[in-house]
Amino acid sequence: MKKLINGAEDVLAESLVGLAAAHPELRVDHGNRIVYRTEPKPHGTVAILSGGGSGHEPLHAGFVGFGMLDAAVCGEIFTSPTPDRILEAAKSIDTGAGVLQLVKNYTGDVMNFEMATELANELAEGIAIETVVIADDVAVEDSTFTAGRRGTGVTVLVEKIVGAAAEQGRDLADLAALARRVAGNGRSMGIALTSATLPASGKPNFELGDRDMEVGVGIHGEPGRRRVPLAPAREIAAMLVEPILADVDYIGAPAIVMLNGMGATPLIELYLMFGEVAALLEKAGIRVSRSLVGNYVTSLDMAGCSVTVLRADDELVGLWDAPVSTPALRWGQ
Amino acid sequence: MKNATAVSYEQLLNWLRLIDEGLMEQRGYLTELDAAVGDGDHGTNLARGGAASSAKVDAEQPEYVDDLFKLVGMTLVSSVGGASGPLYGTFFLRFATSAGHRQELSAEQFADALDAGVGGVVERGQAELGDKTMYDAMEPAVRAFRAGIRSGDLASAARAAADAAAEARDASAGLVARKGRASYLGDRSVGHVDPGAASTTLMFEALAEALA
Repeated sequence: MKKLINGAEDVLAESLVGLAAAHPELRVDHGNRIVYRTEPKPHGTVAILSGGGSGHEPLHAGFVGFGMLDAAVCGEIFTSPTPDRILEAAKSIDTGAGVLQLVKNYTGDVMNFEMATELANELAEGIAIETVVIADDVAVEDSTFTAGRRGTGVTVLVEKIVGAAAEQGRDLADLAALARRVAGNGRSMGIALTSATLPASGKPNFELGDRDMEVGVGIHGEPGRRRVPLAPAREIAAMLVEPILADVDYIGAPAIVMLNGMGATPLIELYLMFGEVAALLEKAGIRVSRSLVGNYVTSLDMAGCSVTVLRADDELVGLWDAPVSTPALRWGQ
Repeated sequence: MKNATAVSYEQLLNWLRLIDEGLMEQRGYLTELDAAVGDGDHGTNLARGGAASSAKVDAEQPEYVDDLFKLVGMTLVSSVGGASGPLYGTFFLRFATSAGHRQELSAEQFADALDAGVGGVVERGQAELGDKTMYDAMEPAVRAFRAGIRSGDLASAARAAADAAAEARDASAGLVARKGRASYLGDRSVGHVDPGAASTTLMFEALAEALA
């Protein structure tokens, strides 16, 4: 293992020190590992909270700022944060209008955010909390025989769109409905060329042969749909796009498309892949209205990428275009 | 001297201490089981939680059963993480509420508290029997305990509970996981013992020892 670290135990804490040093517009509670905006929202505005295991940077801390999140709770690498910390974040960002929790569908995340809500309900002062669970990974069969689809790329789109709507002063129920609409109309699928190496173990977290790739991989190295020999980018793009298009009807609506890097794949390859994906979407009669290419939901040093396609409409595209100012997304201001 | 009809506060403390010791001893084994079907941190996470809750209990020295288990539950929730933190945390929090503000528990009260704990786990995890989870070991263990106190003493009831859990743990290898991270493996989860069923067995083995 070759990593830019001091000690394996200190990776998260020391990374947050660096985040705080690089971004004075963010305030970091190092004890609780919560990242806040330095300038809180106006009173009476719904606050947007997310969080989860670390190792997916810039998700979620890199999306804290105007137009997106009010706080991100950072768990240990690939481990959900605990309810007491989630509650602390919710208490800190609530301006009286309530808190919307955006949670990726992993068993641990769902339970910890749920317990945080229960603890909040027991508080004397009370906080109105709504939770929307994001489950967009088409690699997982959506059935009662699994923990359900995993939350991946669509999370970024939900955080951006709902964050923009929250700045307009919309109420909690409205924002939760918007988050569900975005989550319900977006799908993702990923592929791994290599495994990720966790600092604590020092070993790849799954075995993948030099000539193989895992199609439908999860962002913690969860097994995908199948393992196949490495193929040209054009064929890989088809393996990712086809199951997405099979799941949602994207015809007749503007699409927001994200080509996301898993952490160790260079941008030159991500753009090459986006070209292939865009060509496939065009051939399928889908109008790509907005696009985003880069590393947004990573899996430490995994090589590979994921594709996310959202069936949008004029309102969602408008919210996508609205000003945003975070470490990882910044435009329109 | 052992009390045949009631569980003393000391025995409850001893139960928790034995769970803690068991977790330290078996954390490698639990983590190995988890590495095969999950993310390989079950033993480490629970051992950390056990140590944290023992330290809290030593520091605060609660005097009543509900305060003791509330402290344990909250500490597990805030120190274990993942799914097992909320699940075991909820188990002990519900156990505490059911047990009430007492300094010992009758056999029936203890069985009721175990039932309440398992009910909390089911509610939190939405698991059904056969989903290959900790519930697969908890349910038969608590059922065996209840049957045991009707026909015999606490020691034999706790022994029967531990045996039932162990049997379910071993049988979990034949099941297909339908909950948690292992469910992504589908049929490939067959052949592996469920780490949650194994840690639950450890908990009932500790109980059998504490009430022996």
